[in-house]
Amino acid sequence: MGEILRGRAFKLGDNINTDYIIAGKYTKTLDYAFLAEHLLEDVDPTIAKRIKRGDFLVAGKNFGCGSSREQAAIAIKYAGISAVLAKSFARIFFRNAINLGLPALVCDTDLVDEGDELELDIETLSLKNLSKSIPIPVVPLNKIMVNILREGGLVPYLKKHGDYVF
Amino acid sequence: MKMRGKTIVEKIISSHCREGVKAGDFTVVSVDLAVTHDATGPGVIKAFEEFGKKSVWNREKIIFVFDHAAPSPNEKVSNLHVMMRKFTKEHGIKLFDVGCGVCHQVVIEKGLVLPGDIAVGTDSHTCTYGALNAFAFGIGSTEMAGVFLTGKLWLKVPETLKVILNGGLPKGVYAKDVALKMIGELGSEGADYLAIEFIGEALSQMPMSDRFVLSNMVIECGAKAGLMEADSETLCWLKGRARREFSPVRSDDNASFVDELSIDCSTLQPQVAVYHSVDNVYPISEVEGESIDQVFIGTCTNGRAEDLRVAASILAGRKISDGVRLIVCPASHDELLKAMKSGAIEVLIEAGAVLIPPGCGPCPGTHLGVPGDGEKVLSTANRNFKGRMGNNKAFIFLASPATCAASAITGKITDPRRFL
Repeated sequence: MGEILRGRAFKLGDNINTDYIIAGKYTKTLDYAFLAEHLLEDVDPTIAKRIKRGDFLVAGKNFGCGSSREQAAIAIKYAGISAVLAKSFARIFFRNAINLGLPALVCDTDLVDEGDELELDIETLSLKNLSKSIPIPVVPLNKIMVNILREGGLVPYLKKHGDYVF
Repeated sequence: MKMRGKTIVEKIISSHCREGVKAGDFTVVSVDLAVTHDATGPGVIKAFEEFGKKSVWNREKIIFVFDHAAPSPNEKVSNLHVMMRKFTKEHGIKLFDVGCGVCHQVVIEKGLVLPGDIAVGTDSHTCTYGALNAFAFGIGSTEMAGVFLTGKLWLKVPETLKVILNGGLPKGVYAKDVALKMIGELGSEGADYLAIEFIGEALSQMPMSDRFVLSNMVIECGAKAGLMEADSETLCWLKGRARREFSPVRSDDNASFVDELSIDCSTLQPQVAVYHSVDNVYPISEVEGESIDQVFIGTCTNGRAEDLRVAASILAGRKISDGVRLIVCPASHDELLKAMKSGAIEVLIEAGAVLIPPGCGPCPGTHLGVPGDGEKVLSTANRNFKGRMGNNKAFIFLASPATCAASAITGKITDPRRFL
């Protein structure tokens, strides 16, 4: 049995870009807790304070579009978010999340309402909406992404393997 | 049965991995160039140092460029610059320090990326190099640390969307207008995960400075890359810049494309992207007259000497409107020198422009022209997201250098064809 993550859903709309996730003016730092304090500030200035460790971001389509700034995925990870769920992801954000060991999963997020209690088995990537007592089917990840996620991100993955192993 | 042919991107990836690949395959590729800058570089170094390795995979294939906050606006950024200078010196990596320009302009003008290459950068507009027939795309800092270590990364081979630019561009209409039109048509996620290949009459007539605009903007509709064939214009541009052998790559006649988009350039009018998304695009006739407070001409999209020349041709002998600020930021040191020699800089300054040092300027919201609350900015940049220029209470419109120059004269969004 792998680790089970539980938390509440914070719902977001479509096309949440990386400038919204973390504004460019905050990105010139290596203080990742500072980034987390300003998470999604231009969308909802109170959200960073309301998020508790283990909670989920649940978005519409094209989450993370725009800049390649990894600070977007870092801010989400350091805010304690378990996983980001979306109908679709922009490419660079999606890679960044996986490389940081932050699950980014494509699913039908209409099956989740604001505040719903969610549960994710990190090993099997099976997702449940506990509030509605329903499973939420997740689009499977490619083997290489699963392996990177299982190791906790690209740095631990490459530290262990020394190179990409297919 | 005849095998289906390959697209440019399928061919380039196949030549950089162990086996032949087609769209949809996952593979690990070697890269020819790795680019990072001052906004994302510190995260690369931090992640790389976690590996505990003394040296990078190949110091000749890595560059750092200070462009996002350069010269430094405060001590926090200064200390990050110090950290990156130390890292590059220790590893013998080439650093382009403050004032050299935007990383993408530096890469192309120094001939660091060539046809058939794979280049990655910790910046989403790395796709700019697609205009040179290279497969180039943005990645994150951690992934770049992996490239520093191994020289490789994993990827999914993208399918290709063909964008056909029919007809020639009318006077007063530029590559930027074509790019905005395309993004308006496709939407901000219309080309997610796809490579775009540009072809067509308008493209073959464009100089390289315009072709870079098209490739630069493909990320704004979600594309991974925006590629073109290398034609005589490309090869001529590379002459004197390329310092190693290269082989141009073209799609096979029987290559498979996921879709096609045709744009009739001959009937196109200037386009404007209205705040707060790049795909919120209107023909200029529908937004003309909107008042503006600041005009910005620059960036990796439209800060080249050719862009400044177009702006200068409109502003020559004229003054900008009272109450409007015109900020001009050449894309690089070399482009600044070119624009000085051509006289464009003098014309712009005489018209009332403020010249700022080569780099990203106010585009990423760090310095040198952050707008005030409620202010409206007309910019040649590639993004108009809320908060993009450092203030989430400002409003950003995007247009061509010509539209920006004409609008600086009137203080309102203005069709540049009125001044041509």
